[in-house]
Amino acid sequence: MTLRTWVRDLALGARFAVTGGRTGRLRTLLTATGVGLGVTLLLLAAALPNMLFQREVRESLRAVDGSESIDSPRPDSFLHLGRATDYRGDVVSGLLLRPEGDRPTVPPGAKAFPARGEMLVSPALRELLDSPDGDLLAKRLPYKVAGTIGEAGLIGPAELRYVAHVGFLTTDNFDGRGVRYGWSVPEEPMNAFLILLVLVASVVLLVPVLVFIATAVRFGGEQRDRRLAALRLVGADTAMTRRIAAGESLAGALLGLLVGLGLFAVAREFAGTFTIWDVNAYPSDVVPMPALAVLVLVTVPVASVVVSLFALRGVVIEPLGVVRTSTPRRRRVWWRLLLTAAGVALLAPVIGGIELSQTGIDSTQIGVGVALALVGLTTLLPWLVEAVVKRLHAGPVAWQLAVRRLQLSSGTAARAVSGIVVAATGAIALQMLFQAMESDFTQGTGADSSRAQIAIGTHAKDGDEARAMIGRFERTEGVGDVIGVVSSSVWRPGPLKKGEEFAPMAPIRVGDCASLAEFATLPSCREGDVFVLLTHGAQGAPPDSWVTRTARPGVTVALGDPHPHPDAPESRRKGPPPEWRIPAGARFVDSRPDPTGMYEYGVLATPSAIGAARLDTPDATAMVRLDPAVPDAAEHVRNTAADIDPTAWVRTLEDTQQDAQFSSVRTGILVGSTLTMLLVAASLLVTTLEQLRDRKRLLSSLVAFGTRRSTLSWSVLWQTAVPMLLGLGLAVLGGLGLGFVLLSMTAQRVRDWWVFLPVTGIGLALIAAVTLLSMPLLWRLMRADGLRTE
Amino acid sequence: MSHAPLLKATGLDKAYGPTPALAGASFALRAGEVVAVMGPSGSGKSTLLHCLAGIVRPDAGTITYDGRELTALSDTARSSLRRTDFGFVFQFGQLVPELTCVENVALPLRLNGEKRKAAEARAVEWLARLEVDDTAAKRPGEISGGQGQRVAVARALVTAPRVIFADEPTGALDSLNGERVMRLLTDASRDTGAAVVLVTHEARVAAYSDREIVVRDGAVRDAEWVA
Amino acid sequence: MSIGHTLLGLLESGPRHGYDLKRAFDEKFGHDRPLHYGQVYSTMSRLLKNGLVVVDGIEAGGGPERKRYAITDAGITDVAQWLATPEKPEPYLQSTLYTKVVLALLTGRGAADLLDTQRAEHLRLMRELTRRKKDGDLADQLICDHALFHLEADLRWLELTAARLDRLAEEIRR
Repeated sequence: MTLRTWVRDLALGARFAVTGGRTGRLRTLLTATGVGLGVTLLLLAAALPNMLFQREVRESLRAVDGSESIDSPRPDSFLHLGRATDYRGDVVSGLLLRPEGDRPTVPPGAKAFPARGEMLVSPALRELLDSPDGDLLAKRLPYKVAGTIGEAGLIGPAELRYVAHVGFLTTDNFDGRGVRYGWSVPEEPMNAFLILLVLVASVVLLVPVLVFIATAVRFGGEQRDRRLAALRLVGADTAMTRRIAAGESLAGALLGLLVGLGLFAVAREFAGTFTIWDVNAYPSDVVPMPALAVLVLVTVPVASVVVSLFALRGVVIEPLGVVRTSTPRRRRVWWRLLLTAAGVALLAPVIGGIELSQTGIDSTQIGVGVALALVGLTTLLPWLVEAVVKRLHAGPVAWQLAVRRLQLSSGTAARAVSGIVVAATGAIALQMLFQAMESDFTQGTGADSSRAQIAIGTHAKDGDEARAMIGRFERTEGVGDVIGVVSSSVWRPGPLKKGEEFAPMAPIRVGDCASLAEFATLPSCREGDVFVLLTHGAQGAPPDSWVTRTARPGVTVALGDPHPHPDAPESRRKGPPPEWRIPAGARFVDSRPDPTGMYEYGVLATPSAIGAARLDTPDATAMVRLDPAVPDAAEHVRNTAADIDPTAWVRTLEDTQQDAQFSSVRTGILVGSTLTMLLVAASLLVTTLEQLRDRKRLLSSLVAFGTRRSTLSWSVLWQTAVPMLLGLGLAVLGGLGLGFVLLSMTAQRVRDWWVFLPVTGIGLALIAAVTLLSMPLLWRLMRADGLRTE
Repeated sequence: MSHAPLLKATGLDKAYGPTPALAGASFALRAGEVVAVMGPSGSGKSTLLHCLAGIVRPDAGTITYDGRELTALSDTARSSLRRTDFGFVFQFGQLVPELTCVENVALPLRLNGEKRKAAEARAVEWLARLEVDDTAAKRPGEISGGQGQRVAVARALVTAPRVIFADEPTGALDSLNGERVMRLLTDASRDTGAAVVLVTHEARVAAYSDREIVVRDGAVRDAEWVA
Repeated sequence: MSIGHTLLGLLESGPRHGYDLKRAFDEKFGHDRPLHYGQVYSTMSRLLKNGLVVVDGIEAGGGPERKRYAITDAGITDVAQWLATPEKPEPYLQSTLYTKVVLALLTGRGAADLLDTQRAEHLRLMRELTRRKKDGDLADQLICDHALFHLEADLRWLELTAARLDRLAEEIRR
């Protein structure tokens, strides 16, 4: 058998696929669409690593080079401060700059250094600011838009970013001084958990796509069979007909590759418009890894030929028709179990061997292991369906029709469902990993967002200014309550004792009784009261003695550092710091977590007990309770904060905080498994519709002798449901097993054995959807037209 | 014959798209008689049968069965009537390939809600009467065409219908098998008193009938009833 | 049909009397037209003359029908030869029907009525034959089948002719 005959027969088959009449073309089109969708997914997956890498590259290229420390101003040096603010759930990142010379280095993506008070914005931010939606944000960024940041300064086309030239930046409130941009930050490694998760997710998404491609090349099997029989009649031998059949699939697959490349090209253009996996990329960054792309482009056509030849294995094509060997060889279970076992065997040595903080794991071994286990489970399905269906007994007519049909051709049904098994198994295993990791990654922040939703902190010149700031928050639109304190420190006066490098100190907070009550359990509080706040060691706070050696009722404390470090600004102060006597009536009180979740300690004082103005370089801290009835209340507060001090820190209080990387992985899994399941459902639907159409005459005659619609509808449902339920059962067992093994690798325990419920729910929904969608055709075929002889 | 016909159709019209299949066809069938419906292909024979059996609703005209107006019945009611009172034999493609022959024959009984055991017992009896009891456990794909048609006849008769509609029942068979099917069909229906509407284009098959009508261009030429 | 060869064939199974031969012939082949004794006698004497049969014995009472005939070797050869020789295929045109159809068309009458009437008549006969076939033995069945197939062929020819000529007539009228 020469290559020539192969090429000739395959080409002949390909020609049949394209010219084989309306049904032939339809079949080719279906195959091409199916394969095309699969190829698109595969190419996108192949582009993903590059996409993530390019993102890192872009991020490090625009960062200020901090590898060299510049101690004094230079003509090209600048001070910089990175500040990000939340705007309606989106992050707006900003880089604040102040040049120190006359030729500061131009930031990446900019044509020129913006003038003072001006800023450059990303196209997305410009669009936001220009729209009515951006009005509130515009107030927060009081700079004139002077230009656009180009691609070189952005991570993705949808990034919200500005670079502003501000006058208020000093060496007191800056991040650093720089002279150039771009430094190779060692890429922040994902930890072993996340790598494992991403790895399993990729395998879980890719295997069903392959299964789908295998199913797609079999669309329209029965019509093809008739055509092949006709070929035999005119003298083609068995091997030849099989090659021709493979050629037909090949044509569909090749067309599918083109479709896939086309769809990929389109998807690539839209990469910037959509934010998938929290990644928003420039089309030029969406490039499949060459090796993976070649693998996809070669595997798909080859797989289509192999699958076709494999599918025709049990089929004898005779000149007068296709005979499926009436007693197909019994399905053996051992090699299927062997595959699964091999997969588990590959995974087993890794069990318990992965540390949370580990950043490199043996991805090949785990990837292959997971893939083997999944494929093994999938191949188990036809055996399982056959074994179970054989034992099913006839019940009502609808059930009997379905069961008998399955008994006669369980393979077709099982194949259609196998994609779902892989997807569901994987999804369940992932969900288990996810559940375990979620509790690791979702840290309780300790914050209590019912007490306050935003915390703002800023420096003040003196206590009066701090009080004034708090007052401004109280007057901001949408603010219900403000917990406001002015905070500073108190020191033990007098000379240093032996062995002391600095004077002992304790924090002091000044605020009204209501505000102070947020920090301590106060037995009672009146204006003029003073308390000494003790934690009793909670949350790793210093021991109570650390506080009491400075602050006790009746002792005098210094309101400034009596022995300042010579470099500190305080050392320029003349004379000893002012002193204050803690009233003898001050009481010891117990600390309680403030709204941010912290146990504070030190001195609490009401304003009339100590003039706030006397405090040295105080901080103003405001914790704001928003009025839920006012839309954008949070944005108004952030605007006030930015107006008071652009460098103020603003924190949104959330009870829990999820690792951002982790939530993007989760998004990816959800999107991916949804797509995969839909793909599989589509092929299931096509198979069902095809089967119905092939039985047109039979359906009509069943209707003739009075079969109810419902009977036939139920039989279609059972026919879909039985293999699906078996598949889902297998997926639940397999998924839980696989998830258990994967969790064992990282020495995690299973948090929730019920994670399979949502996936099973999706599966059941799919059964219902496929059945429902095939009803219109069933009912149309049940009209008597089918009885008319053509 | 003095009593009223069992099944009577008057002035049937039916068109599939722009093509008229029936144009003013009339027909009558007495209980227990075998009537051959003849005519060239495309003349509307099968459409007439489909209308008479309540499978297709005619565009115009009336069909009375046993005193009931068939065209006025709902689809559900007509389906139920077909299950209980009518039997069907077609040229091919009527046996469910997945079911064994006995299950195929028992199917109409089971659709009527009969228990599986009882239904299959009666199915076996009918298979024996049609001399195909050896096929009971086989699937339609494993038996010959002639056997298949006899299984189909058994299925048509198993519910003890009052009318059997047979559309070219021997069309796919050779002469010998065709005659055997016809002999068994007519004998069995005469034994049970079922009337038969037999659509055929073969005179030899029509010769098994008591009388024949001819459909030409969608109309019936039936000297005895329409004249 | 060659009566001589048929009678010879009947004798092959063993010697028979003349009346036996007639009865056997009528039973198997002569449903429509029973043989006369005269026919049997004249045929047998011709066969006797040609040496294809011999007289095996004579029953008391005399008369040709009382003679017992036996086939000779030459007779057996003759039967074998006759069976081996194909019948000359006949166009089998039913000349009367043909004439009627042509006349109907020539006079502008549709062929359909003619066909329907003729079909009804043919079917009547065919029904009769079918019924007889059902009750009869194998020989009956074979004979009836033969007639049925011929009658059916007639009808098919009629139908085809009618369809063809109707269209022709339409074309002419157009």
